[in-house]
Amino acid sequence: MTNNLTQNFKLSASLELIGAYLLAAFWIFPLIYAFWAAFHDTQYAIHFDLFAPLTLDNFREVMSQAPFLRYGLNTFMLVSFILPLQLVVSTLAAYAFARYKFVGSNVAFVLVLVQLMITPEILIVQNYGTLAKLGLVDTIAGIGLPYVASAFCIFLLRQTFKSIPKELEDAAQLEGCGTLGLLWRVYVPLAMPTYLAFSLVSLSHHWNNFLWPLIITNSVETRPLTVGLGIFSAPESGVDWSIVSAATLLSVAPLLIAFLLFQKQFVQSFMQAGIK
Amino acid sequence: MSDKPRSMQGWLLFAPAAVLLVAFTHYPTIATFINSLFTNSSVIRPSRFSGLQSYQDLANDPVFWKVLVNNMWLALGTIPTSIGLAIIMALVVNKAIPGRGLVRMAYFTPTMLPMIAAANIWLFFYTPEIGLLDRALAIFGVDSHNWLGDTSTVLPSIIVMTIWKEAGFFMIFYLAGLQTISPELEEAAKLEGSSRWNYFWRIQFPLLLPTTLFVLINAFLNSFKLVDHLFVLTKGGPDNASNLLLYYIYETAFSFLDTSYASALTVVLLILLAVTALTQFFFVDKRVHYR
Repeated sequence: MTNNLTQNFKLSASLELIGAYLLAAFWIFPLIYAFWAAFHDTQYAIHFDLFAPLTLDNFREVMSQAPFLRYGLNTFMLVSFILPLQLVVSTLAAYAFARYKFVGSNVAFVLVLVQLMITPEILIVQNYGTLAKLGLVDTIAGIGLPYVASAFCIFLLRQTFKSIPKELEDAAQLEGCGTLGLLWRVYVPLAMPTYLAFSLVSLSHHWNNFLWPLIITNSVETRPLTVGLGIFSAPESGVDWSIVSAATLLSVAPLLIAFLLFQKQFVQSFMQAGIK
Repeated sequence: MSDKPRSMQGWLLFAPAAVLLVAFTHYPTIATFINSLFTNSSVIRPSRFSGLQSYQDLANDPVFWKVLVNNMWLALGTIPTSIGLAIIMALVVNKAIPGRGLVRMAYFTPTMLPMIAAANIWLFFYTPEIGLLDRALAIFGVDSHNWLGDTSTVLPSIIVMTIWKEAGFFMIFYLAGLQTISPELEEAAKLEGSSRWNYFWRIQFPLLLPTTLFVLINAFLNSFKLVDHLFVLTKGGPDNASNLLLYYIYETAFSFLDTSYASALTVVLLILLAVTALTQFFFVDKRVHYR
């Protein structure tokens, strides 16, 4: 009887395995397809032919039609603006919430958490007005500023800082460490995994963000990749699939390559950020 | 150290974040409420108090009700299926199967793509006649269909794409959840001769319930925030059949330039989000916030 049971177990396991592979194939197929189309002439995007000649013409065409290099640079500047500021601002705030019982700190923390729910893209109407008053419409800073204070980052870091033994702080203070020295020498190094996790999540979020950058930018000099791609692929005239695929690949390539290279870190970061 | 300077120091550390949060979250939230009670100002006529007029317009606006219903259908259509698939994916990837890394990559990759890129790719699938879907169906003798141009198929088409985009993301949370389940439980179940099916429903699924609730709430919140694909796929059409609340807010504010009405719509969105978040706070995970 046990033999029968193991056999059943084995059979169902291999069926499940096939299902798992089929699902994986189905899930990756759209991307493979875009990849195929980008490297072949348009006619082959419609009439599949395994031995169709490879070409880079689509990429050349994309580059000549739209400044994707510039868009890429803009996206790069955008994430370089947002991430360091997020980390600095959130570190200070998280330290305050983890180690100081300041007047109104509980109420303040709840007010911070509000941003987990009301993210800046919900308040596009008002925030556009605010940035117009600040003269930051159509600037990289304008795209990034509403995201600099991140409730998510403050929350993650506060949890991490709280788990660090207070004795370490006392010892460092005895050695003459000031507040910022303490933060820099004790808390930040011990929270490195959290910093990495948040950084990868934030990086992918802002590399892919669309609605707010679309609203706040209106020139080639500031437009990030997603907005450039959105404009490029919504022409009123006919759409050339191979060229759109090439443009799509160009826009996602940097992040996708980073993901493929550091898959484990990415998955773990998303996981870590998710559970906390 | 006395308390007062310490309290001061705490506030100083929090100050940069506080200023930014007030400027881009709290102030605009309150300003949205106030603006929805006033008319739009123009060169010839300054803004004046109009009370609940905007909300009355809203109640009589068929497009508003349409986008609200669409949002509900989108949530109903995407969330349960995505969660089901995410659980299956996590169960698969959690085991030592051959090619596990590749399978996990395949499931997770759509999450790394911007919604705009996903929409570009799927737009081609849905194109009538030459699109991949129509040509695949043609093999079975099904006639060509304008998936995104037909009011009855546009929302289901978007739902399918959204499931593809989101399931891998939810898988991550289930993977994290599965890793907290002791492997001894599986050993014990095997020894007892319990089937895999039984083991899943009796042990794994109940233990994953907190994860499911967490994902459920977040997926619901996300379903209101995710509108990027509409810019490429449908622009809310045809006849608002695929329009969503946030996209309608965008249209109202930046195409029709009606800030006052857009504010009223935003208030509705804020209330929906607040109710969802409070549900989470009081019923699901108190322990997460005040650990």
